[in-house]
Amino acid sequence: MKRFIIPLLAMAIIALFFIATITKKEVEPTPLAELKTQFKKEKPSVDHSKFSQLRKKFVKPQDVTAACIDCHNERHTEVMKSSHWNWEREEYIEGRGIRYVGKKNILNNFCIGINTNEQSCNKCHIGYGWGDKDFDFTNANNVDCLACHDNSDTYVKKSSGAGMPDLSVDLAFVAQRVGRPTKSNCGTCHFFGGGGNNVKHGDLEKALFDTHRDVDVHMGTDGGNLDCVDCHKTEKHQMLGKVYSLSSMNRNRSTCEQCHTETPHTNSVINEHTVKVACQTCHIPEYAKVNSTKLAWDWSTAGKLKNGEPFETFDSLGNITYASIKGTFTWGRNVQPEYIWFNGTASHYLTGDSVSADSPIQMNTLHGSYDDPDAKIIPVKVHRAIQPYDPINKFVVQPKTYANKVGEGGFWKDFDWNSSIQHGMDYVGLPYSGKYAFAKTEMYWPINHMVSPKAKTVQCNECHTQTNSRIANLKDFYIPGRDQNAAIEMFGFGTIMLSLFGVTIHAVVRIISKKKN
Amino acid sequence: MKKILVYSRFNRFWHWMQSMLIFFLALTGFEIHGSLNFFGFEQAVTFHNTAAIMFLILIGLAIFWHFTTGEWRQYLPTRKHLRAQVEYYITGIFRNTPHPTKKTALTKLNPLQRLVYLALKILVIPIMVFSGLLYMFYRYPQSSGIQSLNIENLGTIAFLHTAGAFILISFIITHVYLITTGRTLTSNLKAMITGYEVLEHETTIIHHSEQKVISENVIEATK
Repeated sequence: MKRFIIPLLAMAIIALFFIATITKKEVEPTPLAELKTQFKKEKPSVDHSKFSQLRKKFVKPQDVTAACIDCHNERHTEVMKSSHWNWEREEYIEGRGIRYVGKKNILNNFCIGINTNEQSCNKCHIGYGWGDKDFDFTNANNVDCLACHDNSDTYVKKSSGAGMPDLSVDLAFVAQRVGRPTKSNCGTCHFFGGGGNNVKHGDLEKALFDTHRDVDVHMGTDGGNLDCVDCHKTEKHQMLGKVYSLSSMNRNRSTCEQCHTETPHTNSVINEHTVKVACQTCHIPEYAKVNSTKLAWDWSTAGKLKNGEPFETFDSLGNITYASIKGTFTWGRNVQPEYIWFNGTASHYLTGDSVSADSPIQMNTLHGSYDDPDAKIIPVKVHRAIQPYDPINKFVVQPKTYANKVGEGGFWKDFDWNSSIQHGMDYVGLPYSGKYAFAKTEMYWPINHMVSPKAKTVQCNECHTQTNSRIANLKDFYIPGRDQNAAIEMFGFGTIMLSLFGVTIHAVVRIISKKKN
Repeated sequence: MKKILVYSRFNRFWHWMQSMLIFFLALTGFEIHGSLNFFGFEQAVTFHNTAAIMFLILIGLAIFWHFTTGEWRQYLPTRKHLRAQVEYYITGIFRNTPHPTKKTALTKLNPLQRLVYLALKILVIPIMVFSGLLYMFYRYPQSSGIQSLNIENLGTIAFLHTAGAFILISFIITHVYLITTGRTLTSNLKAMITGYEVLEHETTIIHHSEQKVISENVIEATK
């Protein structure tokens, strides 16, 4: 008997191994050492401190730009085509056609918008002096090369200086120490969007200047130690990657796949997930891992004064919970993202769009659904706000918040919504009814950074579960472990119970009848 | 009363292998379904897929065996004694009346078994295999590249697969119980383990060397 069973078993096992081997995808491991060679910081071939053009006293920052252009005599034209310079892009928006959108004209649900507030907001513009809408975008000398290329870590822009450098900056010192952009160049603006560290993105914050791989496996100094521009590859000053709070089209994206390919896993079942699930969904289990991010902003409480003076309150972590100039904030740390379908295209609330405040106004809408072959599940931070709108004209309004001094209409000085909104709406050329109210708004921020090490990846049963599935809100499709068909469950339960009941009764009757006999 | 080889060695290997695989598939399958937690979801998926492939191989071997030995004829349904068999299970068994059909090596299955096993073979197992294969090899529609086996929604496949699993479990419950209704409580179980069973109506002990003759007889008998 054994002589047949053993060969048969052996056959089955061999077949199994064969199948297991052919279905297993061969992948090259990418050890950290290899990656570090690939992304090692090259010593530049040029030492700018030796150029005589830069070894002089610069009175104006524009003179530094002129000196740059002297040698790099076409670079400014590249910069001036970029969204970093124009703060707008030509975008095709579904149902809206071609639109020019960007920071220049889009409203958000943080500080709302730059118009009338350029002096303050445009500190982060890569130009000098964009203080109002008369800024000359054709003047190359206004390009701020240093903001991105300072390698001395001493260059800072002046607070409320419309993009001008701080008076403390030694322009010649910085000009002699320019080079490839580092984390600190990008982070100075991108980590502080919305008026403070990590306010906007949730996954981009000052901790990333110097962090561990547990926080961000790519940027951690004990991990890949990558710079922003290692992934946001740049050709002729056009950078890969943009955020869908402002952009609309599925193009120029910086993706995980550009390094990792679309199927990087050894397990083919997990590789199949990549058709419908973005890398970030599993590999960024939480964001705001070090410092808190703003989750909600209620403008309607702004304007309270103590003894005639504005004030602020803080929570135990040092986050501002109330500011007279801005209202009430809710913060979150180690936040689990929300999940949505996203096909790479977005639309936006464009200034002048008519809205209804019955449900939260969507400041941006990320398109996609289960049925959309281009869509994947992505993690997002949803920022929820209550912000001023005009209930008669049905506009989300642009208030003037910043002002140099009292009486100019800026809310942060005058605490008068009517005058603030009037100033803002006049500036953008839209009517204001004279009545304001507060509406709920939502804004979607895809989470792309703070990728965790492998060990902390989202586990199967965090989605494939009936209770508290991470994707519980995505109901338009079936996934095993989460979804059951009530009728089939009932049928199954019924059949099993009926069988058990049947055999039990039968057995009991058999035992009884046997005793009788 | 003779001791007869009723279940050949492959028959027994197939039966027990199948029972183990079905048990394992049920365990891992219902973990994937969300009904229990044992291996962890990822392991459960891997094990379920591996066991499924083993099951497919086993089914392939079994089909080959059924056709080369003619054993498939054991499953041809018959209405003869069907009513008597049903009545036996409902009343006769309690009164100690004898089995209405005589088990021989040529007719191992009573008319009810024939019906139930045939339904398993041509309905439930194919549904499980078919929905299982679709489950493994479907692809979501993708914008790039021509895909075969596109499906819009896994739901239908999964529900079919789950329903089949419930039916199989009900079958096993009943099947395990009916094992005890043989000549003695354990005679059926012993037969499926050793292959030999004491049958009333057989006159000769059948040896391995005579298996071929039996197969031919089975074919003759069912013609």
